[in-house]
Amino acid sequence: MISLELYLILAATVFGMGLISVLINRNLILLLISLEVMLSGVNLALVALSHYLQDLRGQVLVLFTIAVAAGSVAVGLSLLVGNFSLRGNIDLSDLSELKEDLPERSDFLASRGVKR
Amino acid sequence: MLYLIFGYFALSIIGITLMALSRRNPIHAVLWLLLLFMHIAVLYLFLNAEFLAAVQIIVYAGAILVMFLFTVFLLGVREMPREERFTNLWQGRVAVGLAMMAVLALTLSKIMPTWKGQYSIEYIERVGHTKAVGSVLFNEFAFPFFLIGVILLIPMIAVVAIAWRGRS
Repeated sequence: MISLELYLILAATVFGMGLISVLINRNLILLLISLEVMLSGVNLALVALSHYLQDLRGQVLVLFTIAVAAGSVAVGLSLLVGNFSLRGNIDLSDLSELKEDLPERSDFLASRGVKR
Repeated sequence: MLYLIFGYFALSIIGITLMALSRRNPIHAVLWLLLLFMHIAVLYLFLNAEFLAAVQIIVYAGAILVMFLFTVFLLGVREMPREERFTNLWQGRVAVGLAMMAVLALTLSKIMPTWKGQYSIEYIERVGHTKAVGSVLFNEFAFPFFLIGVILLIPMIAVVAIAWRGRS
């Protein structure tokens, strides 16, 4: 019987490779793909722990993770399509429109009637 | 023999992950991701989780991958520019990620399972895996199961809202 450590090290390796790819990539499609890879690593660790602890709650948690992954991928891909129709590329470094200077932002908030 | 099969799947999962994350063509990356999901489903079969293996094939490889492929083909993205692949200062980020991966692997390899639950392998084989998972899901996790329904409804509304904003 294969020991638990091998499964957990494999899961940590898959998670870490996805993490590095999330940190360094600029392509939005590759970013979402590496998010899926990270979730797969976590799922593998959960299923392995659930098998070796003889408890089924980890597998139920994996079902929930898969559902949340489907929702997050739907939102992420629709944001990607919207960004592509707006700008014509899928570069992550162009997504800096929310970053504004502070006086302009306060003027913007005042123009919207927001009091602070 | 068991170690041989597990070693093949472990090494090929690592290699496939590297291939999926290093392709410049997004179509190739999505197809390597499909192969990764298939291999992980086989590892679920190793761990006596055949219902999760079926869910992995159906949901991940059937639904999510189709969404990825649809988006890639809709946008028609061929290749990334070679010099603008990574963010600037990516060497430091790779170092931080490798350090976090090493800490995670060392921590997880020190886990010693001493506590045992009540769902042993004999019980699961007697009852059936899907029935056992279903009884845990609908007895202990009934309210989170309804919350998952709401969580699947909210992205639908969000996607419709984003599509409307993009059209105007």
